Amino acid sequence: MVADTSTHTTKPSIGDYLRNNIREYGLLVALVIIMLFFQFVTNGVLFKPVNITNLVLQNSFIVIMALGMLLIIVAGHIDLSVGSIVAFVGAISAIMLVKWGLPAFVVIPACLVVGGIMGAAQGYWVAYQKIPSFIVTLAGMLVFRGMTYVVLGGRPIGPFPKDFQILSTGFVPDFLYFLSPSPEIIKNMVALVAVLALVGYAIFAGLRNRRINEQHGTENEPFVFFAVQMAVIGFVALFIGFQLSTYRGLPNVLIVMGVLIAVYTFITTRSTIGRRVYAMGGNEKATKLSGINTERLTFYAFVNMGVLAALAGMIITARLNSATPKAGVGFELDVIAACFIGGASASGGVGKITGAVIGAFIMGVMNNGMSIMGIGIDYQQLIKGLVLLAAVFFDVYNKNKGKG
Amino acid sequence: MDNIILEMRGITKTFPGVKALDNVSFKVREGEIHALVGENGAGKSTLMKVLSGVYPAGTYEGEIHYDGEERRFGTIADSEELGIIIIHQELALVPLLSIAENIFLGNEIASKGVIHWPQTFARTQGLLKKVGLDESPATLITDIGVGKQQLVEIAKALSKKVRLLILDEPTASLNETDSDALLKLLMEFRNQGMTSIIISHKLNEIKKVADQITILRDGGTVETLDCHREDISEDRIIKGMVGRAMEDRYPPREPKIGDTLLEVKNWNVFHQHHRDRQFLHDVSFKVRAGEVVGIAGLMGAGRTETAMSIFGKSWGHKITGEVTMRGQPVDVSTIPRAIKAGLAYVTEDRKQLGLVLISNIMQNTTLANLNAVAGNGVIDERKERKVASDYRSKLRIRSHSIYQEAVNLSGGNQQKVVLSKWLFTNPEVLILDEPTRGIDIGAKYEIYTIINQLAAEGKGILMISSEMPELLGTCDRIYVMNEGRIVAELSKEEASQESIMRAIMRSGEKH
Repeated sequence: MVADTSTHTTKPSIGDYLRNNIREYGLLVALVIIMLFFQFVTNGVLFKPVNITNLVLQNSFIVIMALGMLLIIVAGHIDLSVGSIVAFVGAISAIMLVKWGLPAFVVIPACLVVGGIMGAAQGYWVAYQKIPSFIVTLAGMLVFRGMTYVVLGGRPIGPFPKDFQILSTGFVPDFLYFLSPSPEIIKNMVALVAVLALVGYAIFAGLRNRRINEQHGTENEPFVFFAVQMAVIGFVALFIGFQLSTYRGLPNVLIVMGVLIAVYTFITTRSTIGRRVYAMGGNEKATKLSGINTERLTFYAFVNMGVLAALAGMIITARLNSATPKAGVGFELDVIAACFIGGASASGGVGKITGAVIGAFIMGVMNNGMSIMGIGIDYQQLIKGLVLLAAVFFDVYNKNKGKG
Repeated sequence: MDNIILEMRGITKTFPGVKALDNVSFKVREGEIHALVGENGAGKSTLMKVLSGVYPAGTYEGEIHYDGEERRFGTIADSEELGIIIIHQELALVPLLSIAENIFLGNEIASKGVIHWPQTFARTQGLLKKVGLDESPATLITDIGVGKQQLVEIAKALSKKVRLLILDEPTASLNETDSDALLKLLMEFRNQGMTSIIISHKLNEIKKVADQITILRDGGTVETLDCHREDISEDRIIKGMVGRAMEDRYPPREPKIGDTLLEVKNWNVFHQHHRDRQFLHDVSFKVRAGEVVGIAGLMGAGRTETAMSIFGKSWGHKITGEVTMRGQPVDVSTIPRAIKAGLAYVTEDRKQLGLVLISNIMQNTTLANLNAVAGNGVIDERKERKVASDYRSKLRIRSHSIYQEAVNLSGGNQQKVVLSKWLFTNPEVLILDEPTRGIDIGAKYEIYTIINQLAAEGKGILMISSEMPELLGTCDRIYVMNEGRIVAELSKEEASQESIMRAIMRSGEKH
């Protein structure tokens, strides 16, 4: 019925375009609305420089883990163990730093390796023994939590040396202070310059992409959408950059997070590995019959998740300045929810890094906003649960409507 | 006999952007077998869904008269109540429940929600006897073959006091013996006064059983043929389906046969699941450059298993034997190695094993050879686009663009995407497993043309097919398989439907 013999492409109207891409725009719009809502109900506290900084510090680890979780979910799996990996890696980093007195530059890579091994230990059962990931990582969740209690002996360890804390509470030093027009207001010039440069690059790259697409006759999104999107993102970014520059500047974590988002976006959209993960999630058997080592791919998806969870674990531990056996409880749910809010499909093959990141920010802003408003943890959970359900329902509703 | 049990008048059904049915009229007499034929997308299944209430009254235009009254079915239950039962192409059985449980699913013999098992089993036994199925009612669906599953579906229909039985491609996945049994059963039901509508692509079967044939094309009724008034030939039906006479169903070809490419010697394979059962015995064959070689055989003869066990040992275990390419032994122990050795396997099950349906044409085309459009693990989008566009125009894949998702393509175009994927790995020998299954006649012709082109380019083609006319029409040489053995090798001159069947039957007697 779709056999369109001719190759002519009718130009879709703006309405059609919006309908076909409602998920992506909807997500962005939802984030903006949620931010404005909390900005309003918290009487402007949300966008105060100190709170923006807090938001970043509090949510960076969710974003970082969501990057790995997205790959896992796209591959058709799930990882419930990340909260326990966070706790265990926090615990051993504490032992290495505090009890053994090892320097941070040794401990940080060692912990990443440990995380990778934990991921590998689970990936082996999922990839090569074909045990459902839900079961393997449920076991992992219990085992790693238990191991955390064992190594900590049930007691928290801390505080940490300063050089380790830089990871989570440090800021990029202001080496451009001499450019500042008024040092009383703008206390950190690097933040402003970096954000300006980024926004400039984003617009430049976006325009270049459109031009390349045009040359190859690939469909572009309508210019209005491009412009509005760029304007909104640019404005928000500049505003946040300005706010940060009036406080302590760019948190180190923000830089780590930004680089990782860029790397994982690249992997998922441009690399052969990314393409193969999507294909595997879409149809594992067909992908395997196409000569792709799906077992190895699954295995490495879990190793990757373990490494990212370890990084998140160190950031959290450094921020709390103490390793506790209860660290990271329930994080897996926030991370998984971020991916699903961001449009990933539970049956695999579908999902975007940008979606997962925006999903994580939606969760983060809600957590933060509701805490400022003084809403108890009970109602916070209730509301987050409903938002998750609503987001996925929106997906399903759109898909069914598309089918007619 | 001339009692009209069903009349559908002026049925029009539109989906967003597509008119699937356009003013279709359809009349069925009581107690007959009425065949509904047409190319894929002609609207057969849609028409039956309108009839059975899958598309409720109000979502289509037109009238349905059944048993003398106008009916407006809101749900499937409404039509079932009046004895209209549809058996879909994809069987709707629960694999891990027993035959009895499946037959009475949703219709349990129970009082106050408690199932009456003795009665359930007794009635199941009666129904199984009627359809000629010799299995215990407690047998699980997963433990019986597709042919028997089809019979269970029919038994289920009988349990609902069926008056009008609709079968959508009932024999598509059955071998010839099972198909024959099923058709015989239908004829028996006709003698008992039941009416059936059968949708099928297999024209020889339709010829065998149908009293009337209604042909649909592009969502409209073309004509209704009465098989008792005149002798309807297959070509006559095809003419109605495609709108023109098909003089030649197979494009002509001048074979230019070169050196031996693929040779398999003494290939022994044990069953994938029943690990101590040897499934393939001493299979040996060869494929030469520019040659189209067929493998004929009944369902379960071991043809697909032969192909898959050679292609990266993706089926079976304890595999022994020798594979050579141009006389040199090659390693085919994994799929990447088999691809490297110059093999490609186009699966019989393109939806499950051939395509990533949610991915687009481009992504499917490059999947098996992604490194050829990438440098250092980074995909070169321009190169990839070009490759996909080239194959799209070369194989004439009908789509809006290379970005159309595979799930939205017709069967023939999906098959062409799978072919593109394997051609892009630049194989020397292509194994095509049922390359034209479930695709319409026009697309079949195009696939044959592609096969001829590949042979002319000097590639070797090994073609597995259950449609004997197709093998006879396209192959230079045909191997016949039965029960895991190659039982005959026939040249183009020796090969005929009779000689193939004879080879199968004779080998059956020996064991």
